[in-house]
Amino acid sequence: MPRLSYRKALTRALADEMARDESVFLLGEDIRVAASNVTAGLLKKFGPERVLDTPLSEQAFTNFATGAALAGLRPVVEFQIPSLLFLVFEQIVNHAHKFPLMTGGQCAVPVTYLVPGSGSRTGWAGQHSDHPYSLFAHVGVTTLVPATPADAYGLLVSAIRHVDPVVLFAPAGAMDVRADVDFATLAPVPIGKGRVHRAGDDVTVVAVGHLVHDALAVAEELAGQVSVEVFDPRTLYPFDWDGLTESVARTGRLVVVDDSNRSCGIAGEIMATVVERVRLLAPPRRVTRPDGAVLPFAPALDRAVQPGREQLTAAIQLTMKDG
Amino acid sequence: MTPTDPVRLYRAVRLIRRFEERAIELVRSGAIVGGIHPYLGQEGIAVGVCAALRADDLVTGTHRGHGHVLAKGADPARMLAELLGRVTGLNRGRGGSMHAADLGVGVLGANAIVGAAGSILTGAVWARRRRGDDIVGATFFGDGAVNEGMLLEAFNLAALWRVPVLFVCENNGYATTMPVEGAVAGTIGGRAEAFGMPAAVVDGQDPETVRLAASAAVDRMRAGGGPELIEARTYRFDAHHTFEHAVRLDYRAPEEVARGRSRDPVEIQGGRLADADRAAVDAEVEATLDAAVEFALASPEPDPAGALEYLYASGLVARMGGG
Repeated sequence: MPRLSYRKALTRALADEMARDESVFLLGEDIRVAASNVTAGLLKKFGPERVLDTPLSEQAFTNFATGAALAGLRPVVEFQIPSLLFLVFEQIVNHAHKFPLMTGGQCAVPVTYLVPGSGSRTGWAGQHSDHPYSLFAHVGVTTLVPATPADAYGLLVSAIRHVDPVVLFAPAGAMDVRADVDFATLAPVPIGKGRVHRAGDDVTVVAVGHLVHDALAVAEELAGQVSVEVFDPRTLYPFDWDGLTESVARTGRLVVVDDSNRSCGIAGEIMATVVERVRLLAPPRRVTRPDGAVLPFAPALDRAVQPGREQLTAAIQLTMKDG
Repeated sequence: MTPTDPVRLYRAVRLIRRFEERAIELVRSGAIVGGIHPYLGQEGIAVGVCAALRADDLVTGTHRGHGHVLAKGADPARMLAELLGRVTGLNRGRGGSMHAADLGVGVLGANAIVGAAGSILTGAVWARRRRGDDIVGATFFGDGAVNEGMLLEAFNLAALWRVPVLFVCENNGYATTMPVEGAVAGTIGGRAEAFGMPAAVVDGQDPETVRLAASAAVDRMRAGGGPELIEARTYRFDAHHTFEHAVRLDYRAPEEVARGRSRDPVEIQGGRLADADRAAVDAEVEATLDAAVEFALASPEPDPAGALEYLYASGLVARMGGG
């Protein structure tokens, strides 16, 4: 079976949707030469009108995409650096997201914001290592964080076809993941639908993005002691609450591993919603970045503030001890 | 009647003038909550520019946007119903004064974030022209917006990609209470010229003068020219916002206000009509607005159960906030 990398899955999704739908076009910085390597080959295939290199004007080109969407196109905006989302949070939230309600349903804004390499890339320090997906879930913008190549493909396709704005985070920690994939099975993945990667009986671990792979490794290590179910929400907003409830109702225990800062991160929302719905056997736990974390440069410091396997292992073991 | 017909221009400025005066009465009576930013004194700009546009051309307005929406052709009755938050409003009561939009007549919305709409309109016009429509756009903004980076980025994108957008600066001398001379280094036109964009200063109090300048710019743009800027010098006759009617802010000397009000676009354009013609238009406008007020006041208020209707074009239903 052919191997598909996460990065190539994104490229393939862009190419397939651009071929399928003339209204899809890409814009962003350095995308013609494919600096992030996601848009490689697309300029040659689709021409400069549909692979639009922009000046360093993130706020204007994000609004430009909103305008193009209002006029019937389906823009995909690439941001090379996750921290740029802070710069365009206003344009996404105040305009793209609010237009349908504010106009009383007169319009739709089908824009995809693609963030290849979100989170820590190790050594890229404070202003290039953020993972702000919880902010978008908070404001109610459709937020996707695929963990695997097939999901990266399927969720990006769904994002482009979606009628509302979508932010798709492709974590740096997942970009080099490869998987055996039968290309004939690549298909759109429904927005708002989670996935159980590994079935288990004792505890449900909810893992976001690249942390799914850490959770699966920890589950395997602990296999002799604890039966861990790994739940990958894939979409953080709208969240698959029914899918997660079904899992936790069976296992009775919950641990969340999330690359957000702790306060108001998606892990907090996941724990809150689960305890509203399910009577747990033990208090839920979460492994996150610390409150207010800014990723320091030195590799050991960078690692120290990211959620790690040891922390996850400890959280699972403590949850089992608690009840 | 042809677009150059002075009666047509007069009717448009008179309609906006009386619409605003009726709206202020409705603010005072409590029928309009939240207040409005009256367009009084600036009517000639929206009317002159929109007279130079075709029905399928696009515009964006500002928080002081009633004039832009009406001048482009929106129904005053549905506009007024929007200010009253009624289901028959242009935005079904979801937008209100600052977000009134009528995509059916090419108004992509009044936009309450200063400097934001220019880049949205640039994207929309670019997208429509890519499809082969020979449309142009006009985006209105105040003198305060010329210090917003987002707008200057839009100047650059529009000029760089030769997107035919007419940037219309309504220089009424104040950004809320901040005088232009306290806020703008250099000149407004100089900002446009820095991006290689033609810039003209016109008397914004004369609808005919504005129309001539806008028509010349629109003709050049439609023939393949790039964006242009018009700085229309004007004066806001009333408050920044109706809250000023209750809270006196001391920033404009009475003599200055009197001087500003002495050049009234309604009088300037009205002076070009025979008395009988002018009286006939006035009566027609009053009848239109009487009917509009009656329609708006008689229209039902929206059902609170549907408060978040239209939040998502996809139809996604958000979780509600109760326990």
